[in-house]
Amino acid sequence: MKAMIELQNVEKEFNGQLVIPPFSLTINEGEFFTLLGPSGCGKTTLMRMIAGLEIPTRGEILLAGSPVSKLPPYKRDVNMVFQQYALFPHMNVEENICFGLKMKKVPLHEQQKRAEEVMALTELTEYRYRQPKELSGGQQQRVAIARAIVNNPKVLLLDEPLGALDYQLRKHLQLELKKLQKDLGLTFLYVTHDQEEAITMSDRIAVMNKGHLEQMGTAHEIYHEPKTRFVATFIGENNILCQGDYCYALRPEKVNLHDPAIALEKTSTYRLYAGVVENVVFQGTIDKVFVRLREKDFDLPVLMAYQYFDDKRRWRPGEEILVGWEGPDAVKVES
Amino acid sequence: MKSLRHRLLFAYAMVVLAFLYIPIVVLVLYSFNASRINAQWSGFTLDWYISVFQNRYVLEALYNSLTIGLIAMVVSTILGTMTALALHRYKFRWKGAIHSLVYLPILIPEIVMGLSLLVLFSQLAIPLGKLTVIIAHISFCISFVIIIVLARLEGLGREMEEAAQDLGATPWQTFRYVTFPMISPGVMAGALMAFTLSIDDFVISFFVAGPNSTTLPLYIYGMVKRGVSPEINALSTILILFIFLVTVALVILPERFRNRMGDKKTQRQMPF
Repeated sequence: MKAMIELQNVEKEFNGQLVIPPFSLTINEGEFFTLLGPSGCGKTTLMRMIAGLEIPTRGEILLAGSPVSKLPPYKRDVNMVFQQYALFPHMNVEENICFGLKMKKVPLHEQQKRAEEVMALTELTEYRYRQPKELSGGQQQRVAIARAIVNNPKVLLLDEPLGALDYQLRKHLQLELKKLQKDLGLTFLYVTHDQEEAITMSDRIAVMNKGHLEQMGTAHEIYHEPKTRFVATFIGENNILCQGDYCYALRPEKVNLHDPAIALEKTSTYRLYAGVVENVVFQGTIDKVFVRLREKDFDLPVLMAYQYFDDKRRWRPGEEILVGWEGPDAVKVES
Repeated sequence: MKSLRHRLLFAYAMVVLAFLYIPIVVLVLYSFNASRINAQWSGFTLDWYISVFQNRYVLEALYNSLTIGLIAMVVSTILGTMTALALHRYKFRWKGAIHSLVYLPILIPEIVMGLSLLVLFSQLAIPLGKLTVIIAHISFCISFVIIIVLARLEGLGREMEEAAQDLGATPWQTFRYVTFPMISPGVMAGALMAFTLSIDDFVISFFVAGPNSTTLPLYIYGMVKRGVSPEINALSTILILFIFLVTVALVILPERFRNRMGDKKTQRQMPF
């Protein structure tokens, strides 16, 4: 696999304050790569450095093998979809889409040909003469993407492009974006704070916190084998069980709930603890069951478990209960 | 009860407007008065307008006012827009101080400004004339242009320019195709404002004008010293009409632009 973007010990200071400590990362060609982290973790700054809108204080950025960190944004072969789209209000849809080609003095007939293609791809042909203000949020978002991909960039940078849309549309566009990326074979670098979005779309995810990389891997690895406590709790829900210096992350869906009155056959790796149901919260497809453990082995008084409805049994607060899980399902994490 | 309150408020508003406009209305009316004596109405005439336009000195003053106004407008708009862009975009030492210094000429009494410019010109041994009036007008118009353009820029944010650069526009192309079209309503409002201020100005011009640079307000003042004549009324009416038209343009043009640009604000307002 060919490396498309390489960050080599990239650092960024703002007013003498280190926002991003030395950061290295390789993104492969044709990959859907996501930077995931809470707001203020430096993911947007990192993306802006790749786009050329910020200059790294130290370190080098390679784009398809050649160093670009000294190049201004208009000389870099990457394009960005901005969070608020930043469509030019004084141009119609077609003019917005042709802007990049026009600036690069692409011949007019080729401008038109490529614009037609991209408008067909993003289903914008019928809106070509509309002003941005006359479009819905989803349509504006498509213009922002069309305006970027018409330039055939090496990498498409997307800065929380779905953040301003409502939930249903966001769900829909997640799949659309993923499909678009596959069809075009384009490298996508996606920035989001929404873990669900990251898991749905990405080939690989880099989880960031306070400017540094917490963990990098496929969505599966990130979800099932979190390396740090931050990753374990930021992605999905987790119980963090600490015994002395060691901490384990246990997904609530891995926890089984047993009636103490019914005898159980235990395997050697099966862990079983007694407790009392403290609270049950209805969540649609599941009940979230909170169990107060009798033993004080862990630094965790209340354990969370998912009770799926096909399991028939519904628990009520105050009931005696046994919680159990397979030993390997509790993943060791750095605290 | 409510309707009474409404009527009282309406009456109050009318009184205020009357207070503002009665003197002007009287002046306009008497410019059509057949009698030479202001106090007496003796029939409608356009004679005074005809005699104004046959007066060589009036036409010369009008010509001076227009050329000075146009030059001051063009130069102060260019310089002011450039200053506003610099103040908006860059962070530099003393930025705050320069920002306030830009606003100061608006607050400094005109008479002080006129006097200081006069002292400056005589120190530099620049003969008083059209050039000194133009320089003086530019110096007070710039501040207004900067304020108006800066207000527009602040509503713009950095994202549009970043998007343009990201799409491959050089800094010049970014300015040409994105920044300038988006601030042009502000620039136009600033230009019209500069033009009106220049045409209007009396105090500063009074200090720095020399031979052959008599502007319309200076000429009117000179005539008044020989008593208020209907010609002055006619000339003033023309000036009022002219300023009124420019002001209407000042309100309407940015508004039309704004609608085209898709801003949410549709409220009509003066651009400053």
